[in-house]
Amino acid sequence: MARKLLLNNVHIEGIHNYDVYRKNGGYAAVEKALKTMSPEDVVEEVKKSGLRGRGGAGFPTGMKWSFLAKPEGVPRHLLCNADESEPGTFKDRYLMEKIPHLLIEGMILSSFALGANQSYIYIRGEYMFVLRIVEKAIAEAYANGWLGKNILGTGYDLDLSIMPGAGAYICGEETALIESLEGKRGNPRMKPPFPAIQGLWQRPTVVNNVETITAVVPIVNEGGDEYAKIGIGRSTGTKLISASGNVNKPGVYEIELGLSVEEFIYSDQYLGGMKNGKRLKACVPGGSSVPILPHYLVCKTANGEDRLMSYESLADGGFQTGSMLGSGGFIVFDEDQCIVRNTWNFARFYHHESCGQCSPCREGTGWMEKVLHRLEEGHGTIADIDLLWDIQRKIEGNTICPLGDAAAWPVAAAIRHFREEFEWHVNQPKESQIRNYGLVADKSFQTENA
Amino acid sequence: MSEQIQKFTITIDGKSIQVDPGTTILNAARMIGGEVVPPAMCYYSSLKGSGGKCRTCLVEVSKGSEKDPRPMPKLVASCSTSVMDGMEVKNKSSEKVIDARKGVVEFLLINHPLDCPVCDQAGECHLQDLAFEHGVGQSRYEFERRTFDKVDLGEYIKLHMTRCILCYRCVYTANQLTDNREHGILKRGDAAEISTFIEKNLSNDFIGNVIDVCPVGALTDKTFRFRSRVWYTKPMDASCSCDKCNGNAVLWMIGDEIARVTARKDQYGEVKEFICNDCRFNKKEKSQWNIEGPRKISRHSVISANHYEREIPKHTVLLNKA
Repeated sequence: MARKLLLNNVHIEGIHNYDVYRKNGGYAAVEKALKTMSPEDVVEEVKKSGLRGRGGAGFPTGMKWSFLAKPEGVPRHLLCNADESEPGTFKDRYLMEKIPHLLIEGMILSSFALGANQSYIYIRGEYMFVLRIVEKAIAEAYANGWLGKNILGTGYDLDLSIMPGAGAYICGEETALIESLEGKRGNPRMKPPFPAIQGLWQRPTVVNNVETITAVVPIVNEGGDEYAKIGIGRSTGTKLISASGNVNKPGVYEIELGLSVEEFIYSDQYLGGMKNGKRLKACVPGGSSVPILPHYLVCKTANGEDRLMSYESLADGGFQTGSMLGSGGFIVFDEDQCIVRNTWNFARFYHHESCGQCSPCREGTGWMEKVLHRLEEGHGTIADIDLLWDIQRKIEGNTICPLGDAAAWPVAAAIRHFREEFEWHVNQPKESQIRNYGLVADKSFQTENA
Repeated sequence: MSEQIQKFTITIDGKSIQVDPGTTILNAARMIGGEVVPPAMCYYSSLKGSGGKCRTCLVEVSKGSEKDPRPMPKLVASCSTSVMDGMEVKNKSSEKVIDARKGVVEFLLINHPLDCPVCDQAGECHLQDLAFEHGVGQSRYEFERRTFDKVDLGEYIKLHMTRCILCYRCVYTANQLTDNREHGILKRGDAAEISTFIEKNLSNDFIGNVIDVCPVGALTDKTFRFRSRVWYTKPMDASCSCDKCNGNAVLWMIGDEIARVTARKDQYGEVKEFICNDCRFNKKEKSQWNIEGPRKISRHSVISANHYEREIPKHTVLLNKA
């Protein structure tokens, strides 16, 4: 049986309440850390654990924490990025909704490690009901002395505030999040300076994903070395995967990194195989931004090795034949799904969410969406496919923040692996319309029966 | 005894210069001058926070620094990247840069109306220059362009959002001139638009400067709109005594009439000394100004084309004789 570190108590009735959470070993890590460890010890444990950022980039958390500038007399801040808006990702919502005290406990530990006395949770505006749950949990934590002045009599003060976004995907980018938290328009900042030097109100700031912060709790409880034993290679610990698409059991799963993709999709313990016995066509393993994998590259890498759920294995082969673990939004497509339509859908999302600050992303995402829509509707030409390739190439890497890359990668991967399908849409527009929209799409059918 | 400040050496397209630490690549390139200077549509040296948005100034860093010679993985915005000692930068000598810049020009033009013949900015438009120097002849964009209605921003300024390239220069100008935020961006992505707070008037004494910082014809001077093409006017350096600004301006004259007044721009189209609305919009009499002499416009070839300042080469005369 695979080990669960974050979701092991999630099935307990009323775990979102403070009393139940405390009875099941909650806040033990805070007691341990504040009473027996120094902030440096906590950072050291996180470094030993090999924990990597769970928000998408997979940057080692311990290293990120050690980059934090510590000038005398300047307050530092920890921000929790709960602005989970990547299509296909819903793990943070599940965590916060089911077991909000775990996040608060992680926030106390991480803030203690970083020496932050005022921390913020920036939550997605659409998650207003989750905000209420977390708000209640924060109030409970204050009431029981886990937050506020002089926690556990150790002299450590921490205030935790929660702030809703207003519905922008871009505010999940760390510098845009900081701008938004400061009350400004959520435009990403130029880097450098990085938030670790000049972040919120020009103070040193660390921004971490919800799952990263909650993972600090088991690391402190069990020790970094113990945590590092789970997983494979440099992908240590467990990861929440939000699985969706044409599978029998979609949902949030906690897996040990290093699980094989085949087992994850087909075993009954996890996704339980493809729905209705259909065949696997493609898979987006890490949220909409990462390259799509065609069926022959999902379970095996290009070298014929088993593909594993880990940062390295999913990225094996680079963007030519690999993808990324990303934020863990695992989207599975069966044989009936249209890649062109799906790519258009993703492109539409990025067009809608581009902040409009830098030109390649502002203009390019809209252009890609229009060209993809034309292709999807069956009015495209073969030249459109090459045009798309050229547009994505000119966006990628030339923008301020990673949204440009995130918009370009799915389009590039779809063309790379499914060019025939794009060409089929150009050459057989009628068939492609009938497949996507049924007989309604067939104009001749409509007129014949009118 | 003050310590000698260490200078950084930077090489751009094979030309080296020593600059102070903290200088951006773009400013270092401007110190060298000439062909190595990357174009910039949004960076404005006197505006804090500007730059990094238009991506036309992207350059390739082929050597990070003396200590860490690794090249930077992506193209960087030269206006917001500081130089390191021993840095080597490729601007026009890099294929990648030329290609990316072509892309950026195409992106900037897909929603920009190509109505230069009826645009007031034509002849002094940075986007026109940029497209001419770095763009490709034909756009591959075949869809409808975004359009907006024209908006009056107060008595003197006309906003035509359709032409805007969202460089944010006017936003920074308005923010840094006034205490209150009156001018900003609404919406996002390609629907983003410059706007005052629900079409409120802009009423700062220096707000006319947003016209000068605008690289395209999105913000134009209502006292000059459609009166003349800029290249039919004569730019004259002039000054006046003004209690609000220093009174150094450029008069654009048609005959003896002052058609419009702008601040003095340097060769990169940047205003160093902002002028007040009074000087810009209300002083249209010659008697109010002390005219210093004709102004040389180096950047915009169209404007300087009609001024016949070049000496006629002697050999042409000789040829005619023979």
